[in-house]
Amino acid sequence: MTAAGAALTAPGARPRPIEEAGAGCAHCGAALGGGQGRFCCHGCEAASALVSGLGLDAFYRRRRAAPGTLRPAGAADDVTPFVQARDGACRLQLHVDGLVCGACVWLAETALAGDPAVREARVNFSTRRLSLAWDGPPELGQALADRLAAIGFRVAPFDAAARDDAQARQERELLRAMAVAGFAAANVMLLSVSVWSGHAGSMGPATRDLLHWASALIALPAIAVAGLPFFRSALTALSGGRTNMDVPISIGVLLAAAMSLFETVNGRAHAFFDSAITLLFFLLIGRYLDLRARGRARQAAQHVVALAARAVRVLLPDGSVATRRPRNVAVGDVVLVASGERIPVDGTVTLGAGTIDQSVVTGESLPVPAAPGTIVFAGSLNLGQPIEITTGAAGENTLLAEIARLMEAAERGQGRVVALADRVARHYAPVVHVAGAATFLGWWLLMAAPVHTALLHAAAVLIITCPCALALAVPVVQVVVSGRLMRNGILMKSGTALERLAAVDTVILDKTGTLTLGRPVLVGDADPELGRRAAGLALASRHPLARALARAFPDATRVVDVVEQPGGGLLARGATGEWRLGNRAFCGLEGAAMDTDPEAELGMLELWFVGPGIVPARFRFADSLRPDAEAAIQALKARGLELRILSGDRPAAVAAMAERLEIPLWEAALRPAEKLARLDALARSGRRVAMIGDGLNDAPALAAAHASLSPAEAVDIARIAADFVFQGERLSAVVEAFDLARASQRIARENLILALGYNALAVPLSVSGFVTPLVAAIAMSSSSVLVIANALRLAQGRQPG
Amino acid sequence: MNSLLLLIPLAIILGLIGLGAFLWALRAGQFDDLDGAAHRILLDDEPGPNKPRRREP
Repeated sequence: MTAAGAALTAPGARPRPIEEAGAGCAHCGAALGGGQGRFCCHGCEAASALVSGLGLDAFYRRRRAAPGTLRPAGAADDVTPFVQARDGACRLQLHVDGLVCGACVWLAETALAGDPAVREARVNFSTRRLSLAWDGPPELGQALADRLAAIGFRVAPFDAAARDDAQARQERELLRAMAVAGFAAANVMLLSVSVWSGHAGSMGPATRDLLHWASALIALPAIAVAGLPFFRSALTALSGGRTNMDVPISIGVLLAAAMSLFETVNGRAHAFFDSAITLLFFLLIGRYLDLRARGRARQAAQHVVALAARAVRVLLPDGSVATRRPRNVAVGDVVLVASGERIPVDGTVTLGAGTIDQSVVTGESLPVPAAPGTIVFAGSLNLGQPIEITTGAAGENTLLAEIARLMEAAERGQGRVVALADRVARHYAPVVHVAGAATFLGWWLLMAAPVHTALLHAAAVLIITCPCALALAVPVVQVVVSGRLMRNGILMKSGTALERLAAVDTVILDKTGTLTLGRPVLVGDADPELGRRAAGLALASRHPLARALARAFPDATRVVDVVEQPGGGLLARGATGEWRLGNRAFCGLEGAAMDTDPEAELGMLELWFVGPGIVPARFRFADSLRPDAEAAIQALKARGLELRILSGDRPAAVAAMAERLEIPLWEAALRPAEKLARLDALARSGRRVAMIGDGLNDAPALAAAHASLSPAEAVDIARIAADFVFQGERLSAVVEAFDLARASQRIARENLILALGYNALAVPLSVSGFVTPLVAAIAMSSSSVLVIANALRLAQGRQPG
Repeated sequence: MNSLLLLIPLAIILGLIGLGAFLWALRAGQFDDLDGAAHRILLDDEPGPNKPRRREP
């Protein structure tokens, strides 16, 4: 068993592995408890055996994953409905979570490619997507997905057709334009440098004209190609009777090109080809970065949504069961929801009775009973027996309809926040036009200069004022910050989100799922010996309480031959008798007198454990605070933010939490509309409010807030409404988002000031006709480099986490 | 100065070759996964785009 350990230290030149054998679990690297061997849990032991069995031990030498990342957490979801047959092979696209290093990519690909049927297994590390192709039956896809899950990657299928191809096409078009502009700029600049140095003396007019002609030959076609995005946008704006930043850009570039051609034809000394094409090149860089940052954020958001989406089991009229994608479930379909599963659709319970945890929907932390006729919402957790739900277009009076209405109204009411850069550009464009026109008229009429000289100076003004630095100032900041946020597990979903978050002065927090983890955690004292035994049974189940128990005792030994009785519990027959883990009735304790305080009876989730020779043991579960919630709340307060809790839960539960976190302003038992009303009231009193929430009931407030954040475990609708989605258990991600948002705005503002200040200096020069092509080129490049360098300051600095 | 008549077209042609290579790479998907490429280069025996190449001895 020490083979891996020996191999670890073998070649010295290799990148040093972070975890040495013995420091943690030999598979996932998590810290080992006392009495544990090489592995922290059975999942890891099995995963390690699988990896070794495939001959991929090399992975452990190179892995750089954070401890615990690769701890297997159950089988993969049903992927079969997502398999597509094309070109005689089955294809499947998967989102893969847990890919953090090159070795992970290697492991995932090699583990799959080892299967002889697999034709292609290729991970895209940037998007965390895996494309699989194999020969053979579609069902093989499930086996492959399960293999990844067994190693410890979380996988979720996604719909390749749903991908936004328009974005990819646009990105490619810009990149192509950028390549052409870059090529032309480099070559024209090369020729221009010769011309400039020629001005100093030795170059004859014939050579200069030759170089000008060569420049024209390169620049004119390049401008036609690379300028297209700007010309198009400018035309659209002009035909709509508006003006935007692309209008002066287009005029400036075209005027400069035309004037330069005129100068070249007439054999004059100055041509601005290099300025025109370099300008386009810099502007295209800004455009591309901007588009890419936004596209990446959206892609990441899709990734999060996909990891939570599950295949739905639909009961067909003939009694058979089919698995479908959630969006292919039609109104009226009967959906089966097993015990412990999240309810995938909105509808009415038609069969079965059970307990439903609606905490993500209403914020209410107590489970509610459900019987035929009860309306249930997607996202709720079925804690009781399996139920059947008839998918329904929820009626006008349901909670869901209300939330949909509220969200619509909230989004309408918010109005479009105009990005800082756009606001600046909006005021800047007319100024540029006026300056250009005034220069031309001034030279032509007042100074009685020839028309072409006046035009040349006007073109110089347009070129020198063109917002290269302005166009780069904000996109570069966005790209740098979104990259840093993503490394910290925070996904930004909107281009203006940073700006809005930085302006916030009040933070509203939801309780369940936001301040708390939103899933049951074992509380109170449990006998470790009994706990381990009970967890041995619990390992066999996917029920949330069983999983919570198994998580609490990771070193439990799995019990074989466990029978799960849906809605009751787990049963195992040992040599000495029967062991039962389940609800009170299942364990035969219905009549027994227990210590009962009514609050606990009502509020606590519990599991009982009975067996031969032991006193019936009770395990109690409650939703617990996120581990760093207190520190995060303190940090937010220290940043001068006013905190409030708005929850849909019972006042008692909220009060206790508010007191613990020292948040004096709290309200409980709020309906979604009331949350929204509180938010509106705050906004009307002049406050900028950030909403942090995860539930369906928070969604309207998230949509209406000035900025909003939502944890990755939130319901789809909340994540879609939120500007930021943060992953993991740490609430301090919120603090990081605030810090980075503020820092980014500071830098963006500095950049704008730099860019505008440079223009303020350069405009008088160009108006008075002192700007030669050389001066224009130096000024333009230096200001762009300056703002990029300034933005890159954000990339350095502390790496939290 | 006659050398310019040769050198300028030569420079442009070389530049065009570079541009063509870039556009080809763009179309071939070389820029689709920049992060992945950065990590893959550190691994000796990567499985390649299709299957691990199992060469017969």
